[in-house]
Amino acid sequence: MSSPLQSLFPNIDDWSEIGRACIDTVLMLGGSLLLTVVIGLPLGVLLYLTGKGQLRAMPKLYGILSLVVNILRSIPFIILMIVLMPLTYVLVGTKLGIRGAIPPLVIGAAPFFARLVETALREVQRGVIEASQAMGASTWQIVRHVLLPEARGGLIAGTTVTAIALVGYTAMGGAIGAGGLGDLAYRYGYLSYKSDYMLVTVVLLIVLVQIVQMLGDRIVAHYTRHQ
Amino acid sequence: MIRFQAVHKSYRVDGRDVPALHAFDLDIADGEVFGIIGHSGAGKSTLIRLINLLERPSGGHILVDGTDMTTLSDAQLREKRQRIGMIFQHFNLLASQTVAENVAFPLRLAGERDAATIRHRVDELLARVGLSAHADKFPSQLSGGQKQRVGIARALANRPSILLCDEATSALDPQTTAAVLDLLAEINRELKLTIVLITHEMDVVRRVCDRVAVLDAGTIVESGAVADVFLHPKHSTTRRFVNEALPEEAAGEQAPFVNVPGRILRLSFRGEATWTPALGRVARETDVDFNILAGRIDRIKDLPYGQLTVAMQGARVDDALASLRQAGIEIEEITTPSPENRA
Repeated sequence: MSSPLQSLFPNIDDWSEIGRACIDTVLMLGGSLLLTVVIGLPLGVLLYLTGKGQLRAMPKLYGILSLVVNILRSIPFIILMIVLMPLTYVLVGTKLGIRGAIPPLVIGAAPFFARLVETALREVQRGVIEASQAMGASTWQIVRHVLLPEARGGLIAGTTVTAIALVGYTAMGGAIGAGGLGDLAYRYGYLSYKSDYMLVTVVLLIVLVQIVQMLGDRIVAHYTRHQ
Repeated sequence: MIRFQAVHKSYRVDGRDVPALHAFDLDIADGEVFGIIGHSGAGKSTLIRLINLLERPSGGHILVDGTDMTTLSDAQLREKRQRIGMIFQHFNLLASQTVAENVAFPLRLAGERDAATIRHRVDELLARVGLSAHADKFPSQLSGGQKQRVGIARALANRPSILLCDEATSALDPQTTAAVLDLLAEINRELKLTIVLITHEMDVVRRVCDRVAVLDAGTIVESGAVADVFLHPKHSTTRRFVNEALPEEAAGEQAPFVNVPGRILRLSFRGEATWTPALGRVARETDVDFNILAGRIDRIKDLPYGQLTVAMQGARVDDALASLRQAGIEIEEITTPSPENRA
């Protein structure tokens, strides 16, 4: 007795494994995205503020931050993950699974996100910042009440782009023990030639990216409806 | 009182100091509307920003109500700035916030936390600028004039003693400009607020300012009461600005009337003298003929004035001039006529 599902995907006998992998991927994505924003947003604000001609221009600090960000961004993620393994172990006590994946995901994505934050903040009109200074706003007040709200469309769009990059990173992470959809695709699809596994994971990843993009676009549209 | 003492400002460009403003002294009295006029690049933007220290001077002192702005700490400066309102050519409103939130912003910056107090003050301010119906709109939904009114309401929120206007009407059409200038004049009258405005339009100065300084290439080349500067411009830059403010036919007075017989004179009437029939009377009394070549009658802020360019012919021209002077009319000889034209 074979169901249509079985005839279509003859190698997949445990769909719950795919379900678990989906959940793992979403958890990795959610956790790493949250931490990426928590670390990347302040880093991006710092990059913006210390940049040339900005509110707190500090060429040396900006140079150092910029260099670190560029170095982290230029290492391919899969290599970054391997290089960071000892640090990962120190941070979360394991190199494997969702927990083991999150530190390298965050370290890989936060500099990327920080650059997007910096770019989004630079889009805020100088005149608006000057007006706030003229009103007696402190740098912190300008960041909190002017820069972040005025740039929120760009910040949300940047978060969406980062989330999608993270979907890709999680899939890569799967190859070296992070679990999730990437792990399934690698183990069954690549190492065991079970192409139906490959097909299902690819479709699920596409669906995930679509959902993230749609969600992001909707939030941006909502917040920029009057601008 | 805003007092500039030996203030100068240079920018460092490629390792060299490029002067933007040469050392100058300037006093702006409480409650007056003071205009600074100049072409772009003359240094007027820099000058107005020195008052709230958005630009730091390279030397000299800037005293606002007796406080030397250049010696304040960051925190003191922020507090002082809350009492100096500023409006801008491009309005510089927060696009992500409603009109009411924009006006509330300086109140929040000043530490006001009570929602009811903020709401009350915002309502009051929006009523003053005539935007009560637009409180919940976003800036993108407003016209340029409405945006500038929001800017004005925001600038007034913390009851400043000084309002700085940075080309506040330059992005507006003529009707809207007139309405915004009327609002500024009203605020100046009712709140006894000192207004400092920079502009490149003499018409703006003529409509609202009490005194004016003309800025040319980083130097104040002329300053004084608007009526004096407007009716008797001395520096060439000032003359260009004054002529720009005139309708085209009146500007023709600068052209030499070489072929017109008689002595060519410019008569300026101010205030009450504008409404007296002085020319007719003097013509009858001295038997001098007036030939009006160009003229205008208008107002400088609240002061009516007239300026006529006339050719005078007759035996008793000097008597006529003396009589006109006695009537309070200012007289300038424009051209010395050639002998054959002398009557």
